[in-house]
Amino acid sequence: MSNKVIYAIYNDDDVLLDAVKETKAAEHHIEEIYTPFPVHGLDKAMGLKPTRIAICAFLYGLVGLAFGTFMMYYIMIIDWPQDIGGKPSMSFIQNMPAFVPIMFEMTVLFSAHLMVLTFFMRSKLWPFKEAENPDVRTTDDHFLMEVALKGDEDSAIEFFKKTGAVEVKVIEK
Amino acid sequence: MYTFSKKLKTFAFVLMLIGVAGIIYGFIKAPKDLAEVKANLIEQAHDGHGEHHVSAADHAVSDAHFDHHAEHVYGQLKNKPWTALYVGCIFVMLVSVGILVFHGINYAASAGWSPVLFRVMEGLSAYILPGSIIFFILLLLSVYGIGGNHLFIWADKDVVEADAIIKGKEGYLNAPFFIIRAIIFLGGWNLYRIYMRKQSLALDASGDLVYHKKMFKASAGFLAFFIVTESMASWDWIMSIDTHWYSTLFGWYVFASFFVTAITTIAFVTLYLKSKGYMDFVNTSHIHDLAKFMFGLSIFWTYLWFSQFMLQWYSNIPEEVTYFIFRIQEFNLPFFGMLVLNFVLPLLLLINTDFKRLTWIVVMAGVCIIIGHYIDFYLMIAPGTVGGSWFIGAAEIGSLLFFIGLFILVGFSEIAKAPLLAKNNPLIEESKHFHY
Repeated sequence: MSNKVIYAIYNDDDVLLDAVKETKAAEHHIEEIYTPFPVHGLDKAMGLKPTRIAICAFLYGLVGLAFGTFMMYYIMIIDWPQDIGGKPSMSFIQNMPAFVPIMFEMTVLFSAHLMVLTFFMRSKLWPFKEAENPDVRTTDDHFLMEVALKGDEDSAIEFFKKTGAVEVKVIEK
Repeated sequence: MYTFSKKLKTFAFVLMLIGVAGIIYGFIKAPKDLAEVKANLIEQAHDGHGEHHVSAADHAVSDAHFDHHAEHVYGQLKNKPWTALYVGCIFVMLVSVGILVFHGINYAASAGWSPVLFRVMEGLSAYILPGSIIFFILLLLSVYGIGGNHLFIWADKDVVEADAIIKGKEGYLNAPFFIIRAIIFLGGWNLYRIYMRKQSLALDASGDLVYHKKMFKASAGFLAFFIVTESMASWDWIMSIDTHWYSTLFGWYVFASFFVTAITTIAFVTLYLKSKGYMDFVNTSHIHDLAKFMFGLSIFWTYLWFSQFMLQWYSNIPEEVTYFIFRIQEFNLPFFGMLVLNFVLPLLLLINTDFKRLTWIVVMAGVCIIIGHYIDFYLMIAPGTVGGSWFIGAAEIGSLLFFIGLFILVGFSEIAKAPLLAKNNPLIEESKHFHY
């Protein structure tokens, strides 16, 4: 009984959002929602915890900034000092304005790439990964809500039909 | 409907009174003649270098130099009260222009989030009329050198004759053409603002969308007119003070500076009216959006500041880099302090999503932005007019307070003239329900 799930399929994101709210109110447990595009406000409606990726981004940015600073210090001051535009590279702080663009770019590069990698790892995505979508239409124009079956099967199907689902299936998982 | 509270009105008048006192003090304190400057300089030298004895021979050699220096300082000190007045006047005037432009951008973009704030923007931009009249009078006084006012050296015939570079710019930088341009710029902006206000009230009264379309078209046209005139105005009114120097992104730089201050001002007034219970239809998402603009434009300003600084610093061409060398040497604290106020603090305070919704954080960051950009304007103007004799004292702060007082008085009187919700704007429902 407990390993049965309901697939409620919707064809509009606004209908889906309202359905999620009704489902939550009726105390069904939403296991997962598959959508063809990010639906604004869905995470809040589902009651998901806010993402912590911003904190990661900030930390990665700091790493990038530190790396950029060190890199320019090593290249331009320690390893091969040159006299460019009458500004001999003797001290880091005096030549710093010229290094700002590189330091900035390093910050962005680290922050962006590591953030994407973190996101992939957290969502368990890697090359050659098999798609988990239970229905191919969720990659096109349909929205699928996977809900753990609670109580009577027929009344549950009735409930999800009422929330605006175009199709409701019960699947043995 | 908002009524201009007595308390706020009194506050505005007090600001203006303090301001007038500061401005008058500045003019009284300015030296009357060369002898006074010389006496002061000698006194300062004795105060500062008590242990340093100048021999009689040295003294004789440096006498001619001293006279020359004293004359120079005299010119700077005569300019000082005018500079104080000019910086305060142009800063507050351009902030109100920035508010008008923000209104125009939102209208031309058919932005759905902002129509609940339109009446605040319309009201505050009313300051453009009195502000630009005062500013225009100041320009006339400066260009024709009335009252010891020599803000623009290119307006001085003797200077132009002796200076080949300025002579080459005479075709553009001459008093009549300068005044004509100022009339076109200020006149154009004022006309747009009067037109928009009229249409907006007509839309409110009749609900006829013809007025909305008219405003949309006028805004699109105005933005094109504005970006050209603003760029030229910034060359005229600010960059021409350092007549030898030029920067090709100066128009953008000035724009970023007053635009971010303008949005901060909108946020402040909105928060004030909301706290008084007049704008319950404004929710935290609107404040969040304004704070996003404050955050983003602070970074945009820094980007332009750095682009201007880094290229000239790196290329190290004498006629360009002197602009920055002088500021770093003579204005070190405000020059770098403004970077902290305009970039570091807004960046750290406003980077967090939740912080952008907290009134006290937005106010704190906003205070940094307003003070920082006043200093930015001061640094664009004062080094060319008062040079090393600068000081941000009673006259400078007084002038700023006077114009802020006038801004509050004019802006809030205009806000009180119409309902705070532009109820017939077709996007108003979307704006009311705006939620992020």
